[in-house]
Amino acid sequence: MNRSIPYLVLLIAGLWLGSSWVSPKPKPNDFDLATFSRLPVLVGGRIKPLDTVARNSLLILRGKQTLRLTNGDKMEASRWLADVLFNAPVADTYPVFAIANQEVLGMFGWPQADKKYGTYAELQPYLQKIDEEGKLAADTDTKQRSPFQSAIYNLRNSLVLYQRLKESVHPEDATNFTAEINTYAAAVAACASVIKQGNAQPDKDQIALLKTSLARYESQAQGSYMLTVAPPKGGKPGDWLATGTALIRVDSPASIPPSVTAFAAMSDAFRAGKHEAFAQAAAAYAETLDRAHPDWTGRSTYELRFNRMEPFYQSMVLYVGAFLLACGSWLVCPKGLRKTAFLLLLLTFAVHSFGMFSRMYLQGRPPVTNLYSSAIFVGWGAVLVAIVLERMFRDGIGTACGGMVGFVTLVIAHHLGSSGDTLEMMQAVLDSNFWLATHVVIITAGYSAMFLAGMLAVVYVLLGVCTPLLTKDTAQTLTRMVYGVVCFATLFSFVGTVLGGIWADQSWGRFWGWDPKENGALLIVLWCGLILHARWGGFIRQRGLMAMAIGGNAITAFSWFGVNMLGVGLHSYGFMDKAFPWLVGFVIIQGGLILLSRLPASKWASFRAAGRRDLTAAGFGPPA
Amino acid sequence: MTALNRLLGIVSSLRLTVFCLAAAFVLVFVGTLAQVNHGLYYIQEQYFQSWFIKWSLTPDGFKIPIFPGGHLIGAVLLVNLIAAHIRRFSWTWRKLGIQLIHLGLIIMLAGGLATDLFSVSSYMRLKEGETKNYSEDSDRMELAVTELNAQDGDQVTTVPGARLADGGTLTHESLPFKMVIKGFFRNSDLKMVTQESGNAAASSNGAGARISIKSMPRATKTDDHDVMSAVLEILPNKDGKSLGTWLVSAAMAAPQDIEVDGRRWSLQLRAARYYKPYSLSLIDFTHETYPGTQTPKDFSSKVTLTDPTHNETRQVKIYMNHPLRYQGDTYYQSGFEPDNSGTVLQVVRNPGGHATYVACAVMTLGLLFQFIYHLTRFARRAQPVTAP
Repeated sequence: MNRSIPYLVLLIAGLWLGSSWVSPKPKPNDFDLATFSRLPVLVGGRIKPLDTVARNSLLILRGKQTLRLTNGDKMEASRWLADVLFNAPVADTYPVFAIANQEVLGMFGWPQADKKYGTYAELQPYLQKIDEEGKLAADTDTKQRSPFQSAIYNLRNSLVLYQRLKESVHPEDATNFTAEINTYAAAVAACASVIKQGNAQPDKDQIALLKTSLARYESQAQGSYMLTVAPPKGGKPGDWLATGTALIRVDSPASIPPSVTAFAAMSDAFRAGKHEAFAQAAAAYAETLDRAHPDWTGRSTYELRFNRMEPFYQSMVLYVGAFLLACGSWLVCPKGLRKTAFLLLLLTFAVHSFGMFSRMYLQGRPPVTNLYSSAIFVGWGAVLVAIVLERMFRDGIGTACGGMVGFVTLVIAHHLGSSGDTLEMMQAVLDSNFWLATHVVIITAGYSAMFLAGMLAVVYVLLGVCTPLLTKDTAQTLTRMVYGVVCFATLFSFVGTVLGGIWADQSWGRFWGWDPKENGALLIVLWCGLILHARWGGFIRQRGLMAMAIGGNAITAFSWFGVNMLGVGLHSYGFMDKAFPWLVGFVIIQGGLILLSRLPASKWASFRAAGRRDLTAAGFGPPA
Repeated sequence: MTALNRLLGIVSSLRLTVFCLAAAFVLVFVGTLAQVNHGLYYIQEQYFQSWFIKWSLTPDGFKIPIFPGGHLIGAVLLVNLIAAHIRRFSWTWRKLGIQLIHLGLIIMLAGGLATDLFSVSSYMRLKEGETKNYSEDSDRMELAVTELNAQDGDQVTTVPGARLADGGTLTHESLPFKMVIKGFFRNSDLKMVTQESGNAAASSNGAGARISIKSMPRATKTDDHDVMSAVLEILPNKDGKSLGTWLVSAAMAAPQDIEVDGRRWSLQLRAARYYKPYSLSLIDFTHETYPGTQTPKDFSSKVTLTDPTHNETRQVKIYMNHPLRYQGDTYYQSGFEPDNSGTVLQVVRNPGGHATYVACAVMTLGLLFQFIYHLTRFARRAQPVTAP
């Protein structure tokens, strides 16, 4: 094979990656939202760019980060958000509310369909009904809710989120907000000066204006989903305000905070369709913020780039490529394809690492802070070990397993991330970078190793049963790999569990409480101990080791997700229930693979012709 | 001699280790799933802190052991480890790491057993401005009989709640009356007697005359506790003529007053108290959330510690991951009153707690050694690592 082909493949992959770096050019005669997207606001305790708010909101509402209009056109999240914030009547006609439940669809008299994306305008007549049913569902325990109740509960939450988004920059019905706030501030100043001069009776109309305005801003402040008013230079994250709150504190037109006037200008220009004026207002505001809070705008600009790149999506695609190339190398052109696959795996790992470290920079935390990030990290750790294995053994197995585990864990992460902001703030008990960096990271690395060992064992079983490729040497190599990775998993799971005990002793007053999450970690440690001691005692040979490593997959999955689904215990910061069928399916597949590994030698394509000694080493028949 | 050797062979065998590990695996797995229906504390008691898991056909029937419990598996594993250590111990560098890891495991298992048997956990609830020199154990109840306005302050006589379950008559030399246990409820539900309900009153005197009582199954949820109640009949020693019955219950905040021979006593079923030779008073409790959210960021309690015997008065801040350790007790920030007016501190006294840390240190040494040893061997391109 031509020696340049591996590099050619790498170049193509690189070009594809690089294409996401280029900022999308605004369409002619449309708004330039590049600056708008990077403007920071405070939501959920965290300062983030509007682009993130837009993507996460759409993700919650319709399960995707982009919007597809009824006519089939695609709309960027930030463009959708601009409409929601500034031009609500238009936004109300976008199909953003995903409804999949038949009963809910029936409630609105809509035809039965797999899924429908409703618009706010369509739902408006039923708001009261949805609110009533949703409240009933909210009072029902999560586990007791019927599918209809869950669906209506989610729809109600979506509607609340949407309504709050519309109130975020100014009251939804504002028409000329710049003029409105200037009139208001002038009235405040006028009334104040009248009272200061000793005249007890300010103008009646102005008093009436103030009265309605204050009520209006108060309600905007309460409804607002985000805090858009940045504090002056030197302010802290806790000093961000909602527009309404900031306006209530105003005493003259000059004292209106720059954030309020800037958003008002953007809003008015946007509604009027003035592309130039909108871009200018956004740019001027971004510049003001850059000067006052370079740290915040720096991060939020970085986050915007990170969002655009979607490094985990890219990694997902490239991992599959690496996996397929490595598998191909066992059939045709072993050397060239293996090298191509390995180089591609390295490139993908770099992208994956970039994504993970970017998240660490944005959050200022160690890599694992919630279930989503644990999935990212499990994949990362497994691929790292797989790369080391590939360097040592150079047989394509490490690359194939790394690609597969990397892909699957990123798919899991993708699904875990569908509930909104994955960089959310931490619960009080977890707020300790030291323990997050030690206990959580180490125990998650243990999961990585368990899954990699399990994957290697799956390769052994599938290669052995279905193909004649599992030669004596390959079988031995795989055995050494699995044994080594299990040792690694034992070390990490054990140390991680003990560190967890010490943390629990420091914060709850007991080293061990038999809480489900703790038991889950202990199960992995016990299983690893069982594998190693059974192997040392000669109770299991190659096939036994493989079967137990595959069992490790099921146990690790149980420890990672299963215990969270039980709904008991103190570790109640990562609960989830939708994934239950997937977990059961995964465990059943592992069971099937273990049964496969128990087939007699005559049913193994690779062992049909093997000699007695090789069969004994593999674990068939009585021990030698 | 050969029989003893064989026994030692079995006790120290790798087969027994594997068997124990497998049993422990099954126990932990089943014990975790069983928590869904029975709650954490019940399972902890029945599965992990027991010698056998027992099962019976009917709820009150004869219980037969069906699986080894946590203590049994732990103890056998401990004996197995020690025996294997003694039998197979050899002073070689190659095995030093593994030896240290297993030594650490021995210390950890022993320490864990000691913690299970001797550690005491209780709570101290403090409102802002309040001072207390005792903590309370809500899992253990006690009947406190307090003589009010006695010559040398209030005199308290306590009876453990578990004693009430035995029934019979309670007497004490300092009390001029007997208490006959007329009713005992490990978990109960109290309701006001209304005309519609037509339920009978729990007792003839005191608040119980207006309250009906119903026996309840044991609480299983993590945050639920049993509400213990008892009905007591008071018989003065002098003439033995009954003064009537009184209801005492964990659900009743106010004590029940009785009068015998012109002296007054109060009866109260309350969480068992552990008195300390020092006191804590809460100056301030703070509860911070992330800006613009309800997500808790930090809880902290500022308290004054006063110890007259050591002449010590100082201010301490107790918050998440930063407990106060004093005189063998450790105080953790555990919870707070719903309106943020007070704090709940968990108080743990664990004499075996240090063993865990020693075990961790020993094991860390073992792991480090093992790792470095194999790394250097690997670097020297020696033969592949074999099992020890």
